[in-house]
Amino acid sequence: MVEKKYKTAPLKSWDKAKEIRLNIYKEIAEAKSKGKVLLGGGAESLIALPTGFDYAMLVGEPYGAAISYLAKSDPDEYMKYVEASEHAGYPRDLCAYMRNYIGSILRDKYVFGGPFPKIDFYLQAGFCDTHSKWYQAVSDITGRPYFSLDLVPFDWEIEGESEKTKDLKRKYIVDQIHEAIAWMEKQTGREFNDETFIQGVLNECESTSLWAKVCIANRAIPAPLDEKTMLSLYVLAVIGRPRNDVVEFYRELLDEVEDRVANQIAANPYETARIITDSQPPWFALDLFRLLETYGVVSVGAHYTFGLSGGWEYDEENKTWEAGKTPQEKGVEVKTRDEAANVLADWWLRTGTVCRGVRHSGAGKIQRIMDMVDRWKVDGAIVHLNRGCEGTSLGQMDIVSSLLERGLPTMTYEGNHADPREYDENRTFARIESFMETMGLKQLYEFKKGE
Amino acid sequence: MAEMEEQTIEYWRWDEGNWKNPDMDFKDAEILTAGIDVGSVSSQAVIMADGELFAYGNTRSGYNSRDSASNVMNMALEAVPGLKLEDIHYVVGTGYGRVRVPFANKAITEIACHARGANYMYGPKVRTIMDMGGQDLKAISCDERGKVLNFVMNEKCAAGTGRGMEVMADLLKVPIQKVGEMSFQVEKEPPPVSTTCVLFAKTEALGLLKNGWSVPKVLAAYCSAMAHRIYGVVKTVDVKKEFVITGGCAKNSGIINRLEKELGFEIYKDTKVDTQLAGAIGAALFGKALYEKSKKK
Ligand code: SF4
Repeated sequence: MVEKKYKTAPLKSWDKAKEIRLNIYKEIAEAKSKGKVLLGGGAESLIALPTGFDYAMLVGEPYGAAISYLAKSDPDEYMKYVEASEHAGYPRDLCAYMRNYIGSILRDKYVFGGPFPKIDFYLQAGFCDTHSKWYQAVSDITGRPYFSLDLVPFDWEIEGESEKTKDLKRKYIVDQIHEAIAWMEKQTGREFNDETFIQGVLNECESTSLWAKVCIANRAIPAPLDEKTMLSLYVLAVIGRPRNDVVEFYRELLDEVEDRVANQIAANPYETARIITDSQPPWFALDLFRLLETYGVVSVGAHYTFGLSGGWEYDEENKTWEAGKTPQEKGVEVKTRDEAANVLADWWLRTGTVCRGVRHSGAGKIQRIMDMVDRWKVDGAIVHLNRGCEGTSLGQMDIVSSLLERGLPTMTYEGNHADPREYDENRTFARIESFMETMGLKQLYEFKKGE
Repeated sequence: MAEMEEQTIEYWRWDEGNWKNPDMDFKDAEILTAGIDVGSVSSQAVIMADGELFAYGNTRSGYNSRDSASNVMNMALEAVPGLKLEDIHYVVGTGYGRVRVPFANKAITEIACHARGANYMYGPKVRTIMDMGGQDLKAISCDERGKVLNFVMNEKCAAGTGRGMEVMADLLKVPIQKVGEMSFQVEKEPPPVSTTCVLFAKTEALGLLKNGWSVPKVLAAYCSAMAHRIYGVVKTVDVKKEFVITGGCAKNSGIINRLEKELGFEIYKDTKVDTQLAGAIGAALFGKALYEKSKKK
């Protein structure tokens, strides 16, 4: 047996993350019986927007991913979801999350048990093109109303967007927030509570800033977290960043991760090489991270994992990204609905990096990835050519070329984040094993599936 | 009647069979190893005696990788009267079905095995290997020991691979062994077909035939498109002139000569070993090294 280089320990926050996640899905199932407003919408929309109500929210993408997990444990059951949406005419080249989600509605089956929750309304946000249509299609099926938010992120910083267009974008979103609030009040017949909304907005800023800090802690050698674990932690911000318990969780997580850094507690006790990945992983096949571990490789993150839940602020002087400074940290007081709307719009526009990646030229994303290579001390990259997501796959081959030009060992594999029919484990593993060999790495212990 | 006979001819069928080195006796060998390459289209089993090619079997893969592995191993064993599977000291599985070789001691990726096999077949000078398999294209760069330094593969789309050539042979009713030779029976090189996608190329080929193109001209256009596609993959690794081709398509001169034009140099062809065996040979050689290592422990 090869000797371990670093000590390791299970993450204490792990169980809590699991508990909060399950609570959120349970709250969704029970929302109606508890008299709450129940809405649906996208992860990268302004999810603090409904916090002016006593509410629960089913966030579409992680729910679609949860269905894809079935592909591992119960493939026949999984197929019933995709078949339901495909028989209804939703084609295979649509976002796999969306197909799974629609399958769930058509089967009237909530993947966590019981019938699909009776959603009051949907908030649709034009994050990627799929999102601009997702809840319109759902509304056609369910007859429930939807409100469409048109979100146009700031350009990448290196593109030098003028302050004038930034102001216009900010104002455009603020106006839509006010409109959306009025529309939601009309739909629900309930009054919107500005106080809880203000808190929700502040929480959204804090959760995402904290997640960015957690990712920054992963610059340490040995890395305190591996990407597979990060994927179970970032998801709380995806589905519940405006919640008090989620902010509290990230505060505790950051403390724990910083403590691991201080005490050199490694995610992988054999850490020999560090990689990054690109795009969402195939959720039903996270084993590939375990295979990497057997070579002493730790995946320290991805533009996606860092950015979807992270609030990142560009540091003009050092041409890099750091955790966004929250209004609380800047001493900005938020007292009114309009102030909160401005903070929310500004935060989303300024600190979201994945939204820029799916909307704008690849140059900014490439710079961001190069920055990760430098600052997270990365030795290689694995790019998932994700056939299931039009958003994160944008510009991937340019990224690959740039990484190769820089001399960074880089491999690709084809797959789909939420549809296993497009993923070939045999081929992917063969590629990874050969890639490891080209990186000069030896397998330190045998890979056992399912561990 | 003649029509019916024509329909039963499988033009795509390449030569299957087994072979044994007549100058060798397995009883003289200290270490017998086997490499089983279960690919998506074909399977090979190679038996090596003290690291020298001794016998092999080569056949089409079935849908079940386990059965394909057993069939091809039996085929190789049948070439050697008296030799049984139990006599073989170490078996390595490779190829798409590598983890499903029931009697293998270990599975090793086809990329590593092809590099090792090419090193055996062409010698230590080899630096770039293009494996043109049934559904895969792999460009590999390696060192003088056959160790992989870098590699590039096609993604899932099988355009430009052996399976496409099989379909074309069937469509044009030309035995696959003759495709290369026939593709040169043209006065002037036609432009390549616009795609190597098996389905689109088939449609395009039918259109060209209807427009009066001769069969050799269509073959020339298809071989040239395949060469171009292969060049697109190979140029993404550091191409060195010490360049060899493994896999079934290496037997198609129609592709190879056109690929040489794109590369601007001649490809090494000086081997007596069937190019389809590279992966299985590499696996058997890894088997020898692993067996020796296990004995040292
Ligand atoms: S960004 Fe990708 S995963 Fe997200 S909704 Fe759009 S297509 Fe689906």
